[in-house]
Amino acid sequence: MDAHTHTGEPRAVLEAPDIARMLTRIAHEIVERAKGADDVVLLGIPTRGVYLARRLADKLEGITGRKIPVGSLDITMYRDDLRLKPARTLARTEIPGDGIDGRLVVLVDDVLFSGRTIRAALDALGDIGRPRAVQLAVLVDRGHRELPIRADYVGKNLPTSQRELVRVQLSEEDGRDTVLLGLGATAPTRGQ
Amino acid sequence: MMRHLISAADLTRDEAIRILDTAEEMARVADRPIKKLPALRGRTICNLFFEDSTRTRISFEAAEKRLSADVINFAAKGSSVSKGESLKDTAQTLEAMGVDAVVIRHGASGAPYRLATSGWIDAPVVNAGDGTHQHPTQALLDAFTMRRRLVGPDAGIGRDLAGRRITVVGDILHSRVARSNVDLLHTLGAEVTLVAPPTLVPVGVGAWPCEVAYDLDAVLPKSDAVMMLRVQRERMNAAFFPTEREYSRRYGLDADRMARMPDHAIVMHPGPMVRGMEITAEVADSDRCTVVEQVAAGVSVRMAVLYLLLGGNESDTAHPRTEEK
Repeated sequence: MDAHTHTGEPRAVLEAPDIARMLTRIAHEIVERAKGADDVVLLGIPTRGVYLARRLADKLEGITGRKIPVGSLDITMYRDDLRLKPARTLARTEIPGDGIDGRLVVLVDDVLFSGRTIRAALDALGDIGRPRAVQLAVLVDRGHRELPIRADYVGKNLPTSQRELVRVQLSEEDGRDTVLLGLGATAPTRGQ
Repeated sequence: MMRHLISAADLTRDEAIRILDTAEEMARVADRPIKKLPALRGRTICNLFFEDSTRTRISFEAAEKRLSADVINFAAKGSSVSKGESLKDTAQTLEAMGVDAVVIRHGASGAPYRLATSGWIDAPVVNAGDGTHQHPTQALLDAFTMRRRLVGPDAGIGRDLAGRRITVVGDILHSRVARSNVDLLHTLGAEVTLVAPPTLVPVGVGAWPCEVAYDLDAVLPKSDAVMMLRVQRERMNAAFFPTEREYSRRYGLDADRMARMPDHAIVMHPGPMVRGMEITAEVADSDRCTVVEQVAAGVSVRMAVLYLLLGGNESDTAHPRTEEK
């Protein structure tokens, strides 16, 4: 099918082996840039960022031979559109035992879009501790940033139009690993 | 959809579980260096207390401040109420000041309902105890404590209290805590037994979704949680039992009685405790007594209620988590 004609059916742009390769590459990049990943703490943003963070932690352990602290960071209460929708259900924030003070925190999310989620995550981090540095790893960067935010590690840059929907499915949550690209059924809702 | 929290009976099972699950996340804020969340920044909440209360008012105030709300405390003593102002005028004053929510404690049963439904104010109303009617946040914090102890903090997420046997002992007649607990625990699937002297059991208890018993010793061995209520001396305007000693002997919880409870069973008390009356010091200080946990749970549960009522653009406790990117 022509990549630029979309029917209602979303099509898969990444499959399980692609996702696995990308995470392996990102893990190597983290080790390289963090010079051994000694002080790395991975924090996934719920829901799917958490699974990606755990997978990255496994890969990092495979490379470095050490356990990498991994946790989750819920950004719900830090969202800038909290007042625009009914109260949202909170997700779990789980900070590894040693905390994040003085560590290199790598935030992990599935899709980077407007950048508003990451802004919220940076605010949330500020209430939890003071990392040495914060970096960002995403599986898909689909563009259309609304804030001056960029990712340090990107699985795939995926050029999209504003109206398209990018949906990441992971086996832990959805039963299979895939990234779907489709046309929004209704007017695009700019979430975070 | 929940807009106010007036009665524990108004909550559906899903709404109640959503509040408890949210409270579980709120509880984790207490472990952080900065115990504050920005969810209610710029919102003003008025604590309207027409009746004396220390722990409930402080608990609400702590919850409001942890959610970054602006707090106005209004105690009837020394206010215009003592000069004869009516509830309606007080409400309209608050409305004119642009208050976003009202937490009300009132000696008259039904005052929060009146406030919420009379059109005097638009803001959500949270009942912090009205007369002998309801105290819904107390029931929620009790259910939260039970779920944590009996099911587990993580294992409990999304779960109710199905099949748990809860015994509530003491002054049922004057107790809004008992009423709220019966309603909420029934909604959550627990089996509630009330134990009290016949004089302290209200008329019409037959219509409540619970059992009534008069012999504490017979009920204790099959209880997962035993909630001791304070004998409310200030409401005792008649001779409900012969002497305090007799009450204490028949309905008080001492170490011997506690030993008859199953090993996993917990002892609860909404506070303030009268040691030596309904509970002995030995029981109150034991590991099985959850009084202090209940106080901590109170802040988490009240944070959850205020967040769900005020955190979004409209109150909605049944809305599923939205998942768009």
